[in-house]
Amino acid sequence: MTADLIAVVLLLAVAAYASAGGTDYGAGFWDLTAGGTERGKRPRWLIDHAMAPVWEVNNVWLIFVLVIMWTGFPTLFQTVFSAMWLPLALAAVGMVLRGAGFAFRKPSRRLAGRRLYGAVFAVASVVTPFFLGAAVGGVASGRVSPGTEASVDAWANPTSLMFGLIAIAATAFIGAVFLTGDARRFDATDLIGYFRRRSLISLAVLTLLAVITGFVTHEDSPYVWHGLTHGLGLLFVVVAGVAALATTWLLRRTPGAWMRVTAVGVVASAVIAWGMAQRPYLLPTSLTVADAAGAPATLTWLAIVTLVALVVVAPAVVLLYWLDTRGELEELTDAELRRGGGADGGGPPPGG
Amino acid sequence: MPTSFHLLADAPAQLLPARELMAFTLASHIILVPLGVAFPFITLVMHYRGLRRKDATALLLARRWSAVMAVQFALGIVTGTVLSFEFGLLWPGLMGRWGDVFGIGFGVEAWAFFLEAVLIAIYLYGWRRLKPRTHFLLGLPLPFAALLGAFGILAANSWMNTPQGFSLDSEGNPVDVNVWKAIFTPMFGPQYWHFVVAMIITAGFVVAGVYAVGWLRGRRDHYHRLGFAVPFTIAAVATPVQFVLGDSIARSVFHKQPVKFAAMEIVWETDTRVPEYLFGRLNEDGTVSGGLKIPLLDSVLAGFSPDTKVVGLTSVPADQRPTATQATIAHWAFDIMVLIGSVLVLLALWYGLVWLRHRRLPASKWFYRSAACAGVASVVAVESGWIATEVGRQPWIVYQNMRVAEAVTSTRSTTLWIMLAVVMVVYVFLFGSFLAILLKMRTRWRLADEQRATGGPSPHAPETDTPYGPRAPVPAGDAPAADGGAAGAEGGRR
Repeated sequence: MTADLIAVVLLLAVAAYASAGGTDYGAGFWDLTAGGTERGKRPRWLIDHAMAPVWEVNNVWLIFVLVIMWTGFPTLFQTVFSAMWLPLALAAVGMVLRGAGFAFRKPSRRLAGRRLYGAVFAVASVVTPFFLGAAVGGVASGRVSPGTEASVDAWANPTSLMFGLIAIAATAFIGAVFLTGDARRFDATDLIGYFRRRSLISLAVLTLLAVITGFVTHEDSPYVWHGLTHGLGLLFVVVAGVAALATTWLLRRTPGAWMRVTAVGVVASAVIAWGMAQRPYLLPTSLTVADAAGAPATLTWLAIVTLVALVVVAPAVVLLYWLDTRGELEELTDAELRRGGGADGGGPPPGG
Repeated sequence: MPTSFHLLADAPAQLLPARELMAFTLASHIILVPLGVAFPFITLVMHYRGLRRKDATALLLARRWSAVMAVQFALGIVTGTVLSFEFGLLWPGLMGRWGDVFGIGFGVEAWAFFLEAVLIAIYLYGWRRLKPRTHFLLGLPLPFAALLGAFGILAANSWMNTPQGFSLDSEGNPVDVNVWKAIFTPMFGPQYWHFVVAMIITAGFVVAGVYAVGWLRGRRDHYHRLGFAVPFTIAAVATPVQFVLGDSIARSVFHKQPVKFAAMEIVWETDTRVPEYLFGRLNEDGTVSGGLKIPLLDSVLAGFSPDTKVVGLTSVPADQRPTATQATIAHWAFDIMVLIGSVLVLLALWYGLVWLRHRRLPASKWFYRSAACAGVASVVAVESGWIATEVGRQPWIVYQNMRVAEAVTSTRSTTLWIMLAVVMVVYVFLFGSFLAILLKMRTRWRLADEQRATGGPSPHAPETDTPYGPRAPVPAGDAPAADGGAAGAEGGRR
């Protein structure tokens, strides 16, 4: 019972990471494809501005996923990290390079430096979700069971390949949708159309990949395929489809906040559909939630810790939101600069 | 054949590269920890002073420090993520068997980081628009979130030192987990407070050290005096406290982990009237070469009396205690930490005496030279303390319950060596860039200060150009700017 609850929390955390982290990876994808220095200048400017404040929080989601895994389901953690050694190691390296590339690109003034850091950031943004997706695909295909040694087959197989590609497409999609909204918020009118086109294209690619994955999993991952076409799994597949249609519709109109909600709906529902399809297994068809569950006392405490943390963290996030929408957390603006206020070289803040 | 060779021959080939990789990544991460845990506190003290005394310079310092804080927090998250991956990639045996016993602390820690990330964003982006009082109050929870994060990590580590809160079934697997007991292990309290105070001291001395260098180079304005005095005072007050705490944790180790204590003090045979060795090297046969021998002192330190019996390394079989080399490493690390701690106490006393007698900062050049070194020295002390506690626990990953060799991954050692090389290259790039950014920020700040002093126009606040600072305005003609009413980038994407 508690184990099921923790499994749901784990799945939701994965969905949150896929949405929040995915947006960041997607920004990297569009950074990579933005073109040469001159042509890609404007999109890269937007990506820099939109991403800066959130990407650390997005990384924390992943840490939370890992913590729930090893505390709630130690066997799962041990098995996955043993069997998927190489893709996970590469994903970890990718994450470091990505964070470093992004963090260090902005302050470097010289073009060569910016290019180097930018390339590191962008390439790592594409490679990392691929390997994470491939690892998930290996699990979904049933190739991982307790005691599985690290092998190439575990992550280089049709399902893993498709999941890896889907991960890239999904991050590109959600990233483009968010950037469309950011373009509007920063009043970069030309970039609205730019990212809107890319949102629609990537959604089309994502849909195509999803259909191909359907055929591949039918042969390669029968358990998950069955789950995705029946019951709750099917329900969330349908929700993802409806959300995708809604996003398409919203994208064709003036970009607003709702298209972000529906885009998150697409990605999160897809993740949840996968989780539901695996029920009652964490590793189909060898390790169930009940078998993998850690000590009952720990699970209870994990639930309590999660609850307490929600009570503490949720208001902080809401506060951040609230301050932000009221314009209390404001960067320096051109208008203020012209007035001269606040541009005094880091003097006391206004009213301070 | 010497024991250590014999043990190494038994160990799986993965052990060495896995150990080196973990040691390297942790040693690198630890450098960022003092700034993450204690720097927000120091910044808020400065911030408070700025508000209270209407001191614009103090506010400027707090604002600049918050930008540094944000950069190091971002890097800390990245290197911290690597560590949580490494738990699985390097020590699957540890996590698979014990994850549900000691993992709960990490749950607290993950949420604490969440909170910290949100609070840092608010603090960093709040300088512009929030009312000063509101802004300060919203920053206040930051140090507590940091303490909470440290709580989780230290709970896990102290559990590895003195594991409890479970019983073993017939197959040797942990059952009947008692989470409460597993968090509050005997070593938790001593380790936690020793750690927290160490972080305050280190962050204080490191930050003050930067301004001490400025003082030595002739920058003696209010800005540098303040930047030096506030962090240095905080560190100086904490140093004597640490002396007491350090003594108490050593005694806890003596009682709870006698074999580790024996390694740290290179005690071979269980005995009373044990001498203390300062440095020196333990040989395989139990003799000690070199070092300074002080008769009776070890017994006196451990139990206040020469008749205190100190347990020696030979009290347990050779395969259940650190090798002579490991004991020597732990011993040296311990001695270096104590030595640095003692010197820092003297430095704090110097500062305190000058202050009490003259109500001013010391004027001696040698004081500032020492202060500049104190930052580096305290980082060395932190590293040494960590080495002493980790190497002293060998060969156990979970004291007396699981050997490091049992926990290690089965991935081929060649792969691990390659990984180690990759990670080393990446980290050199990472920390090199981190340092370059800090230096660049400093240069820009100095330029801005000089421009302001000469009354020239300054293009925009230089700290806005750091990755996480309030972002710079759009260059003219490059892109249209957001108008004042548009929402910032922050929460829009959450």
